[in-house]
Amino acid sequence: MQMLKALWAYRGFISGSVRREFQAKYSNSLLGAAWTVINPLAMIVVYTVVFSQIMRAKLPGADSQFAYSIYLCAGVLTWTFFAETVSRTQNVFLEHANLLKKISFPRLCLPVIVVANASLNFAIIFGLFTIFLIASGSFPGVVYLALIPLLVIQVLFSVGLGITLGVLNVFFRDVGQLFGVVLQFWFWLTPVVYPINILPAFAREALYYNPMTSLIVSYQNILVSGLWPDWRSLWPVTLLAVLLCSWGLMLFRKHAGEMVDEL
Amino acid sequence: MGSITVTQLGKAYKNYPSRWSRLAEWLIPFGRVRHKMKWVLEDLNFTVSPGEAVGIVGINGAGKSTLLKMITGTTRPTTGSVTVTGRIAALLELGMGFHPDFTGRQNAIMAGQLLGYSVAELEQLMPEIERFAEIGEYIDQPVRVYSSGMQMRLAFSVATARRPDILIVDEALSVGDTYFQHKSFDRIREFNKLGTTLLIVSHDKGAVQGVCDRAILLNAGRLAMQGEPEAVMDYYNAMLADRVNQVVRQELTQDGKVQTTSGTGEAVILGAGLLNEQGDPIEVLDIGQSVKLRVRVRVNQALPELVLGYMIKDRLGQAVFGTNSFHLQKPLEQLVPGERLEFEFSFAANLGEGSYSIALALHTADTHITNNYEWRDRAIVFNVMNINKDKFVGVVWLPTALEIKR
Repeated sequence: MQMLKALWAYRGFISGSVRREFQAKYSNSLLGAAWTVINPLAMIVVYTVVFSQIMRAKLPGADSQFAYSIYLCAGVLTWTFFAETVSRTQNVFLEHANLLKKISFPRLCLPVIVVANASLNFAIIFGLFTIFLIASGSFPGVVYLALIPLLVIQVLFSVGLGITLGVLNVFFRDVGQLFGVVLQFWFWLTPVVYPINILPAFAREALYYNPMTSLIVSYQNILVSGLWPDWRSLWPVTLLAVLLCSWGLMLFRKHAGEMVDEL
Repeated sequence: MGSITVTQLGKAYKNYPSRWSRLAEWLIPFGRVRHKMKWVLEDLNFTVSPGEAVGIVGINGAGKSTLLKMITGTTRPTTGSVTVTGRIAALLELGMGFHPDFTGRQNAIMAGQLLGYSVAELEQLMPEIERFAEIGEYIDQPVRVYSSGMQMRLAFSVATARRPDILIVDEALSVGDTYFQHKSFDRIREFNKLGTTLLIVSHDKGAVQGVCDRAILLNAGRLAMQGEPEAVMDYYNAMLADRVNQVVRQELTQDGKVQTTSGTGEAVILGAGLLNEQGDPIEVLDIGQSVKLRVRVRVNQALPELVLGYMIKDRLGQAVFGTNSFHLQKPLEQLVPGERLEFEFSFAANLGEGSYSIALALHTADTHITNNYEWRDRAIVFNVMNINKDKFVGVVWLPTALEIKR
């Protein structure tokens, strides 16, 4: 409670930092905010060309010419949002070591700023993607609203994981390095680029132990086929998200004092 | 508002024998403790009342910064507690968190938000910040084109935009040009007059004695001494030359002040006196009078080198003038045990009215830091009176001629 109150008192600092970080990223570039879009766009183009044109991969059960691109975007954009949030949160205390050592302010401001920033980036690119959906006549309709609870679960999961790793990373720098490696494997162990049904049954089952699978599959179902998510499949990841958040906060509270000594 | 209470304060850092032992300690439940505590501060007790100005002195590594960090709240104490009432502003790292690509104005707002101000408050304070920083049109230029002095000016102006209940000043203020140093110090003094509690960390004797009501000396993580700034600074000076066998002695002189004597004793001061031109001892001087400072010294052990220095200090203990036989190019070499020396410095006492003391030191090279054979504060106390000069103020006498054209 006290933490929330402190954060509220520093809301000006948080919103200011988010705005400034966004500006800082592009203030000295000619194309400015366009770069936010160009990067993921390039990635989507590459995947679309490689998989749907060159490898002639067809999405089973969908015949629209954009189906695979939409499938890719649904996975890649949300995955990027997840990866960005976690990897930046786990580094946030190390990155701002000087600030933490010298100035007294609510430390939880830092992860909040990171999450807000990542969300902002995601909102921009996803907004563009939505416009594309509408323009190409592929907008799924009212099912689109189901994305909101899914994204909330995802943000909770990434914040919980990020803070937990962030605190550990201060004491054991290996955590940061290791997570970079884990993230690589994690990406390919999640059906982002390939459809899950092309896998043999045992692999499919194994993949559902990956908490991100149910989320990503739900996004893809909503955006490609206009299906409501299977809410029951989302229980494990929700539970995990809540657990990680409380564990992360506990870890943070217990070690916040010691953390400054270690930086 | 504005009080600081430090009770039983201690700070230790955990020291692990290897990188793996921390992991072991974290993972093995009910396992043994694998770290050693490295204490940097122990058993500190003091209070600072509202409106008081306290100086904290001590050599590097004595624990000053750690103490300040605990008072400002960036680091948590291991034992004991710090209780602070009121808003603290700390001039520890000025310009922290300035982003080079943003303008001075944007950075000022960002830094202000970090200090807990709202945007509305900052907008209201902005004109005053700009006025005090005196950086002109640069305020709307990116900070990367600023000189370090300009950054300092802006950072100081933001940090002191509103009078805090407690102001913590680290040596940060030695940066910047002389003009701004004076200006910022004036502001600090003014805050203090208006009731702000000051906590100043400095090696600068002048700053501590000029501003502080009290000084606290930290040595090796403990409170070594607290009290009158002058007495503490003298003790600190003596301690600077801390060597084996060194004795630091403080005695109360007849006028109720503390005399500090310290040194390793290879050479000692037998006696010292201030004499007039006829060679008679005097205690009251006329302004500009020619005097001799005579010091008798005995060498106890063979010494390759010996230097005698003197320092005239005013009533507040601020240095007025000092020099030594090294600077006067009369070095003494190859001294034998039992040798007796008599030094005689002659000078004109171009001092203002008031009471002064002379400190003497026997050492090698140009300061007493390397070898300190004997350091004696207040070896001589004398008064200067204005008998036939025109009225003036200050501690020095500058013979002045005046010509007016109209």
